[in-house]
Amino acid sequence: MNPMNYVILAAILFSIGAAAVLLRRNAIVAFMGVELMLNAANLALVAFSRIHGELDGQIMAFFVMVVAAAEVVVGLAIIIAVFRARQTISLDEPAELKG
Amino acid sequence: MVNEVLFWVVAIITVTGSLSLLFARKGAHIAMSIVTVMCGLAAAYVGLGAPFLGVVQIVVYTGAVMMLFLFVLMLVGVDQRESLKETIKGQRWIALVGAGGIALLLISVIGRVELTSSDQFTDGNPEEIAIELFSQYVLVMEVLGALLITAAVGALVLTHTPRLTPRRTQVELQAARILAGADPVNKPMPGVYARHNALDVPALDPEGNPIDHSVSRVLEARHQTQEGAEFRHQLADPDNPDHDAKPADAPPRDAHDRNPRQGEGESR
Repeated sequence: MNPMNYVILAAILFSIGAAAVLLRRNAIVAFMGVELMLNAANLALVAFSRIHGELDGQIMAFFVMVVAAAEVVVGLAIIIAVFRARQTISLDEPAELKG
Repeated sequence: MVNEVLFWVVAIITVTGSLSLLFARKGAHIAMSIVTVMCGLAAAYVGLGAPFLGVVQIVVYTGAVMMLFLFVLMLVGVDQRESLKETIKGQRWIALVGAGGIALLLISVIGRVELTSSDQFTDGNPEEIAIELFSQYVLVMEVLGALLITAAVGALVLTHTPRLTPRRTQVELQAARILAGADPVNKPMPGVYARHNALDVPALDPEGNPIDHSVSRVLEARHQTQEGAEFRHQLADPDNPDHDAKPADAPPRDAHDRNPRQGEGESR
């Protein structure tokens, strides 16, 4: 079985994550969609590493994981700060600016 | 080559798990199904010859990141209702078309690619990954370390709330309570100094007057209290048949050895 199938699976997961980011209003759920997109990219990198028979893809995926961990820490801190300020984590809050 | 059964198991687990992102209502359910997606991806990594990444995936994503998500979910309240009213008209359909377009584009492009899989089997065990990381990519590792420290400090700064008033010590708190008219000591317990040892009777002070605030306010609001005055009458009135009432195993009222303290009797 060709490892390219894993790349197609990664594309499907990426689209589901993108749909979640566009659809959901809950900030935490949208953030989980971002995480899923990052994981789909990781899966594609590992599959390419397998196809080319070299380790560089796996190392790139490792770096993506580290950056994703840092991103989650800062993102969740921002969500908590927003929650403290306005008692909600809905992404629709900026609609208040509409006249 | 790649194990076909493993691929289909991983594909079903990850796609059904991630669909909960679109259809599940409760945040905790979504988080747990994303955890299963991460575990499925870890299995895929191991199947693709990256056992180190598989373990790191489980440790970092399911162990740390998703638990952090759950933690924040509990912190902001799991019952945060998500309003289903669309603020932008037709946003749902635009989003679905956009995501479907991305999927179509990516899959059609990937489907055209003909890549011959290399026969060289890469074994991403920790030793080889470490050699690669600390030789070719050592500068990136340093930068990532700086990034992680910056992220940790940033999270601390973002969630920090500055103290606007000076901290009050226990002495100041107690002084403020006394100024507000509170008792400096504990409130008396209900009933324990009276003849009637129960929660619904106020305690009696040394002069025999009931202490009203010794009874719980809840009982008073429910009208489940008894008047202490009734029992005071029994004590004051020698003709009352209950005047001498006492618990069965109580010593006689005039007994000198009531509540004898150790050694006190001999010294006198």
